[in-house]
Amino acid sequence: MKLMLNGEPVETAVTFVAELVREQAGAAGRVAVVVNDRVVPAADHAATRLSEGDRVELLTFAGGG
Amino acid sequence: MEHDSFLLGDQTFSSRLLLGTGKFSDVGVMTRAIAASGAQIVTAALRRFDRDRPHDNLLGPLLAMPGVTLMPNTSGARTAEEAIQAARIARELCGSRFIKVEIHPNPRHLMPDPIETFNAARVLAAEGWIVMPYIPADPVLAKRLEEVGCASVMPLGSAIGSGQGLSTAGLLQIIIREARIPVIVDAGLRSPSQAAAALEMGCAAVLVNTAVAAAGDPAAMAAAFAQAAAAGRQARRAGLMAAAEEAQASSPLTAFLQ
Repeated sequence: MKLMLNGEPVETAVTFVAELVREQAGAAGRVAVVVNDRVVPAADHAATRLSEGDRVELLTFAGGG
Repeated sequence: MEHDSFLLGDQTFSSRLLLGTGKFSDVGVMTRAIAASGAQIVTAALRRFDRDRPHDNLLGPLLAMPGVTLMPNTSGARTAEEAIQAARIARELCGSRFIKVEIHPNPRHLMPDPIETFNAARVLAAEGWIVMPYIPADPVLAKRLEEVGCASVMPLGSAIGSGQGLSTAGLLQIIIREARIPVIVDAGLRSPSQAAAALEMGCAAVLVNTAVAAAGDPAAMAAAFAQAAAAGRQARRAGLMAAAEEAQASSPLTAFLQ
């Protein structure tokens, strides 16, 4: 399945949001997930199914003033 | 002096220094500076996760700091809609009730967009957020933001990262005189004496980032800012003498040698 992940096209074998987070950001601690402009709460990651062409954003905190 | 604190939403704070987390050379330097500052509120920004730098995530180190409340900002948002989305993402990440609404569409001058900022702040305040808008030093805008339920207003002293100090001092004085919510000067401070001046003027606190992060010794500068802000606050409470046009003798002028 092809996704747009943080603005870049990626090919992935996963089906659910939780799997994508593990695959992409397993070492990063908590990340926020936005699928097609909707924030997906952490409690829903396991049950939220991804679809071909979804736009997915994975976000964290960085330094800022 | 009795306990002196200020209120943001339903939470009280005594530290007069808020610290940003940008531009530090590494996480260790940042956490040492936060600890030295005594800041009870620190800001952070949202960013896309970078696979190549998985350990850049500041959430863990910041949540591990005792007594520190995280205030995410909406930097990067160019519209009210984007800022509201940023707030939702920030809450998903850290459960924060605080949000610094920061909308500056032009990267050359980084001046906040008053219209988008107002629109975002109004929506977020109605949703129950503790809204802290970063704004131009505009007394009318500040009052309008207070009226829609913002917990504070954060007018700029001068442009972000410029180190030009309190170039908006005259306008800040009007904002402070009219405000019923804490006024926090955000942006432009270069030196601790400027933080002291802001507190003497009646600001509740100052938010500093670059001046600490870019210092030769960030932790020492953070401590210096904290002391200066506390001194300015104490001076404000003590009551400053009135300035006079001419000299006023402080010693008796009787000619006792004649």
